[in-house]
Amino acid sequence: MTTPLLKATGLNLRFGAIPALVDVAIDVAAGEVVAIVGESGSGKTTLLRVLSGMMAPDAGDVLWLGQDVLAMGEAARRRLMRTEWGYVHQNPRDGLRLGVSAGGNVGERLMAVGARHYGNIRAEALSWLAKVEIDASRIDDLPRTFSGGMQQRLQIARTLVTHPKLVFMDEPTGGLDVSVQARLLDLIRSLSRELGLSVLIVTHDIAAARLLADRILVMRRGQVVEQGLTDRVLDDPQHPYTQLLVSSVLAA
Amino acid sequence: MTITVVPPAPSTLEGYNFAYLDEATKRMIRRALLKAVAIPGHQIPFGAREMPLPYGWGTGGIQVTASILGPTDTLKVIDQGADDTTNAISIRRFFTRVAGVATTEHTAEATVVQTRHRIPERTLREDQIIVYQVPQPEPLFRLEPRRMETKRLHALADYGLMHVRLYEDIARLGHIAKAYDYPVMVNRRYLMSPSPIPAFDNPKMHRMPALQLFGAGREKRIYAIPPYTEVRSLDFEDHPFRPIRAPHACALCGSRDTYLDEVITDDAGGRLFVCSDTDFCAERQADSAKEAAE
Repeated sequence: MTTPLLKATGLNLRFGAIPALVDVAIDVAAGEVVAIVGESGSGKTTLLRVLSGMMAPDAGDVLWLGQDVLAMGEAARRRLMRTEWGYVHQNPRDGLRLGVSAGGNVGERLMAVGARHYGNIRAEALSWLAKVEIDASRIDDLPRTFSGGMQQRLQIARTLVTHPKLVFMDEPTGGLDVSVQARLLDLIRSLSRELGLSVLIVTHDIAAARLLADRILVMRRGQVVEQGLTDRVLDDPQHPYTQLLVSSVLAA
Repeated sequence: MTITVVPPAPSTLEGYNFAYLDEATKRMIRRALLKAVAIPGHQIPFGAREMPLPYGWGTGGIQVTASILGPTDTLKVIDQGADDTTNAISIRRFFTRVAGVATTEHTAEATVVQTRHRIPERTLREDQIIVYQVPQPEPLFRLEPRRMETKRLHALADYGLMHVRLYEDIARLGHIAKAYDYPVMVNRRYLMSPSPIPAFDNPKMHRMPALQLFGAGREKRIYAIPPYTEVRSLDFEDHPFRPIRAPHACALCGSRDTYLDEVITDDAGGRLFVCSDTDFCAERQADSAKEAAE
């Protein structure tokens, strides 16, 4: 197996008496889509925040290409965050600038890494809007005039514009209706395949995990109770909690 | 009954320290100034004092001026380019009374120039200091309301946000619409607000021989540009910075390369374009009158 892009070992974090992460280890290889599933409060989002360096764990290491993320300076981490990493928030309003046009939102990361040619930035923004199926005529509209699904797609475009290697996604389909969810999942899958992107996706939607993920981690009370290839875990769950989780999915 | 004749107020006031501020305050401001000069464009906090004029009238500029003024200095004060407006006159008189320094309206004669909204048209020399009155020292103020976050952005030189703003202008209006307080990069490191001078004046800051000091009284910040420092206005490669001026000649001196004010002369649509720098305009008029006489 090739060396993983992201490798975390022995992560521990407590919020007072509540264990948020207990001895969590995870690695993500290049081009791999890994899903983290579990009930709410199981530490999924906390794990994502720790892995992306937004929160420091009590113990443990996070290595990005062999480099210790937690020991990095803030400047280096921010650079990483806007070049090789991307973060898609659950609520697009957290990830977008609502007072800035769609084109400006997509262009922001380009400008942050030094793009200074207006024509090129705009062309790039247009091509990304096309990739996420937003009409080119909406480029100068404010995101607050967009529907929820469009906002989420715009956030994905904004994140992917600098061609990151790894994208963290925190329940990107949460709060969207089913048909919009399906299109968004389809979009994420095709983009990640096309660009050879690694994705670490947090979701409580087992169906979404099955559709997208190569591997799956099941979390409960801060612990990874089971992990493995998606189909293996979902078709042949070993841990009682995973069995419960899989059996509780409504078959449509 | 005898009538006591009240003598006219002395030209300098008794009972005040030289230049109004006490020496400890001046020392504190000078230390901030030294720091500011050492890190061009970086905002240094300082303990701004209450001054005998309201915030927004130049309390920051006055404190900086008071701290650098010596008895042999000659002071010029500009308000929107003019020497004869309320703000300019009252600040000049203030320093006449509390410091007894000479004042002038001529840029060439001044050693210290305190200014609001303009840089003189005449090129400043190495032996001059220009002090700007600054209402809002934070260039990212409108874009990022949290002071902590803007400090972090400055520390990391993370200025993509300002370019997003310029991008928005071009996308909506076809050109960068900011005509004053146009953001500059100082010494390729710090993003700086040049105080509300017109964008037309921005190129004058680039490698200026004079020391440039900026004082914001309400916001309690001092920053500076040492002589001959690189100052670049932000722009895009395909939308370069352009200094904006009204496409007219001055109605009084005929100048075609100075910054102009538009003056409404009557209520029938009459208007006049005149130099905003009154001293420069008067000099040009005197020169042409002399030539005509010869």
